[in-house]
Amino acid sequence: MTSMEKQTKQRMSVLQGTLDMLVLRTLLYGPAHGHQIGKHIQRTTNDFLQMQHGSLYPALHRLERRGWVTSNWEMAPDRNREFKYYRLTEKGRKQLVVEESQWKQMAEAVARVMWPAAEES
Amino acid sequence: MRWWQIRKREADLERELQSDLDLEEEEQRESGLPAEEARFAARRALGNAALIREQTHEAWGLAFFERFLQDLRFAMRVLIKSPAFAGIAILTLAIGIGATTAIFSVVSGVILKPLPYSDPERLVSVELNLPGIDQSDSPLSSPDYFIFREQSRTFQDIGLYALGMNSAGVPANVTGLGEPEHVLAARVTDGLLPILGIAPLFGRPFTRADDSPGSPETVMLTYGYWQRKFGNNRAVIGKTIDINGTPHVIIGVLPRSFQFLDRTNLALFLPLKLDRASATLGNYLFPGIARLKPGATTAEANADVARMVPIVLRSFAFPPGFGLKQFEDLRIDPNLKTLKQEVIGDVNKVLWVLMGGIGLVLFIACANVANLLLLRTEGRQQELAIRAALGASRGRIAAGLLAESLILAAGGGLLGLGLAYGALRALIAMAPVGLPRLNEIGIDGRVLLFTLVASLAASLVFGSVPVFKYARAGIGFKVREGGRSMSQSRERHRSRSVLVIVQVALAVVLLVSSGLMIRTFLALTKVNPGFAAPAELQTFRVDIPETQVKDPIRVLQTEDEISRKLAAIPGVSSVGAGISVPMDGSDNVGGLLVKDHPSDGQIPPTHQVFFVSPRFLMTLGTPLIAGRDFTWSDIYDKAPVAMVSENFARKYWGDPASAIGKEIRPSTRDDWRQIVGVAEDVYQNGVDRQAPTSVYWPIFMPSYYGRPEYGVQRVATFAVGSPRAGAEGLVNEIEQAVWSVSSTLPLAEVHTLDYYYTKSMARTSFALVMLALAGGMALLLGIVGLYGVIAYSVSQRTHELGIRMALGAQTRDVLKLILAQGVMLTLIGVSIGVASALAATRFLSTLLYGVKEDDPLTFAAVSVLLIVVAVLASYIPARRAAKVDPMVALRYE
Repeated sequence: MTSMEKQTKQRMSVLQGTLDMLVLRTLLYGPAHGHQIGKHIQRTTNDFLQMQHGSLYPALHRLERRGWVTSNWEMAPDRNREFKYYRLTEKGRKQLVVEESQWKQMAEAVARVMWPAAEES
Repeated sequence: MRWWQIRKREADLERELQSDLDLEEEEQRESGLPAEEARFAARRALGNAALIREQTHEAWGLAFFERFLQDLRFAMRVLIKSPAFAGIAILTLAIGIGATTAIFSVVSGVILKPLPYSDPERLVSVELNLPGIDQSDSPLSSPDYFIFREQSRTFQDIGLYALGMNSAGVPANVTGLGEPEHVLAARVTDGLLPILGIAPLFGRPFTRADDSPGSPETVMLTYGYWQRKFGNNRAVIGKTIDINGTPHVIIGVLPRSFQFLDRTNLALFLPLKLDRASATLGNYLFPGIARLKPGATTAEANADVARMVPIVLRSFAFPPGFGLKQFEDLRIDPNLKTLKQEVIGDVNKVLWVLMGGIGLVLFIACANVANLLLLRTEGRQQELAIRAALGASRGRIAAGLLAESLILAAGGGLLGLGLAYGALRALIAMAPVGLPRLNEIGIDGRVLLFTLVASLAASLVFGSVPVFKYARAGIGFKVREGGRSMSQSRERHRSRSVLVIVQVALAVVLLVSSGLMIRTFLALTKVNPGFAAPAELQTFRVDIPETQVKDPIRVLQTEDEISRKLAAIPGVSSVGAGISVPMDGSDNVGGLLVKDHPSDGQIPPTHQVFFVSPRFLMTLGTPLIAGRDFTWSDIYDKAPVAMVSENFARKYWGDPASAIGKEIRPSTRDDWRQIVGVAEDVYQNGVDRQAPTSVYWPIFMPSYYGRPEYGVQRVATFAVGSPRAGAEGLVNEIEQAVWSVSSTLPLAEVHTLDYYYTKSMARTSFALVMLALAGGMALLLGIVGLYGVIAYSVSQRTHELGIRMALGAQTRDVLKLILAQGVMLTLIGVSIGVASALAATRFLSTLLYGVKEDDPLTFAAVSVLLIVVAVLASYIPARRAAKVDPMVALRYE
């Protein structure tokens, strides 16, 4: 079994709630449309997160309803076509900070249980 | 995000997903895949589109609403597939909702709507109670007006008005505008219209100068009269018209929307012109309306008026023969109420009773529909069970069932609104003539809101019954069982039985109520009103103004001549003239002195006072019990004669015969007059009120209260006995006869006596018809409900009945078994109904006459009726059950 195959099998579905954070973080680079966001996350995680583009959209609409992002149909700079661009709001920026610190706490907590020795050393 | 943007949202999402797909497809193609495969790859990369859409919709927070729409759509499809069920349910509801809406629009227009004046809650009617002479709600006198207007601490202003003897309007003969015309006017003090917040449409309002005695005569026209007589011509201001022979300058036209209290047929407003210089105490003639200062309450105003009453008595002269003591003995007590209360009168109680009665019908209709729904839902148990098994939550199933109820109620509400619209016209047409604010009744926003609420409430009432029964957990195992018919479990049958019992009980309440009204109506018609054959008596009124005939004797001669001309019309049996006819709403109360019963300085008791010509009582069919009628020679010879009613004679002298020869007079300033005749009592104010003690003076006397001008009756109501009464032909001949004497005399109030008689019972007959309709509907719906339950139970028990018959049960036994079931339900319903009716009929007490609220006959008759009907309703299905062939029944299924 090659490592590549192994990795494919170990692809994880994105944890509920984590996706929001990933999207917000992605938008920190600037406005993007759904496809770009999806591609970015896939690329950055080396396709480790098993994520279909579609699952982004409910998340994007949820974020918009909460006022963390805004959306607008805009002409793409590189081609003659309109896309729905999402933009991080001030509120979204704050939310990202909150989620990030929550995630860190969570990860540290899990780590302390899983690898107590590593903590000591 | 609003729900109506949902379509836009959906389109937006589609576009967004599509652009994602396009991009992905492009990229895949660029990586070397063929076009076809690239498209599939793009789809795969996107994922399950339907799921994405659903999840995104959830993200919008509108899922609840969308599910609801879905339920409605599904329910609609289900209902369309069973049109018979839907039709019957909607029709039943429509009848209930329609009837309730119709009666509510009456309640709304008459009771709930504020009066159409500015700040109407600050308007009060100012009246006095005079317990000393047993008079309540007495109008005010002119001294009251002057003192109240000047010295009140709680009134912003007060105004008085006069609407003539029977409160319909002051008669006014308008001449000089084509044909002489008889119209009705209101006389008002200058403050009255401003108090109501009414300014003229154009022209100017009355001023104090207009309202002062001796100033030039002025008049304001109502919009309707202005339109009718002058078209749209605004140049009428400053023109002069002749009213009762006197020229009046038109100073203003009132707005179209203006209506004075509930009088719709007024043409003119004239200044009342009360004279302060000659005002004396007494003469309580003019109703008052005041506007309270902001913040003042009716109770404070009452106290304020009570404070001013002694001031009035100290500030003005007493009428001759009276002093302070007599006025103190009146024990004048202010009685202020809101103007609305005054306008509505005692009708609100009747209307609420009717509203309650009709509301019960809606309730019964709901019970019927609930029953239908139960049957239907039971038939659908498998479907529901499968839905539950497939994962539908209890709430989801309940929502589905409720959505059906909602659609039924909406359909019922819409159709009901249409029915109400029609029913309202019928209702207004048959409403009691005295029903106030009739023209303000209509279907308006408030009524629509009521219909909406009633429909929603109804859908909850009947819709929740099957929901509670079938949407609970544990329905799952029914999938296995439901296919096989079993004898009904008691529990399953109970809710339908309860509904039938409720229906029967409510039907009992309504039928008892209408039964009591029927008894009341019969009791009223049995009372001898003091006149005979009212349908064969034509009446009309003629006013002979002073400007037209000045000499009092000439007035009498004119009236005499008209009588003779009328008597000459073929087929006319008898003719007479008086100031009013029975039950026409006139109320002419006066005091008088009885020679052998001196009043010793007390205020003499009051009586109904009439002025009549010879043969007038005979024409009415009021028999003389003792003595004789007036003769024309009595009148022309100025003979000192009088007649009294039987109860008057009994009150003073014990029996009618002894009254003959006794002497009475109107006041100390008149001569004594000898009683020559005693007439049977006449129920002047309707048969449900006591017949007043009455005195009949001749239609012409040299003087009355010492005033010659009061001795002549310029307003005469003629009574013409003829079998053709009411026919247009006779009315034409009568007009010709009158005009042959004087061509400028218009006829007013042309009615048969029966019109007044029917009118006097209108309140009773209105309540009777409405309650009888409600009772009839309740009975019909109740029978249908009972029949349905029995028939269904028979169909479910076919198997069991077959076994019974196979084991030897006879037809008779089966009949008995089924009938017993129906009768048992009915008996329970009737006993609950009788108990409820005993409580409910208390609200009817003000409407009843000659029958007690707990009248045993009515209660017994209704109970028997319902039991008989119930036996019939159960007999049909019972018969069918008894005919069951045991073999067929056993093989069944």
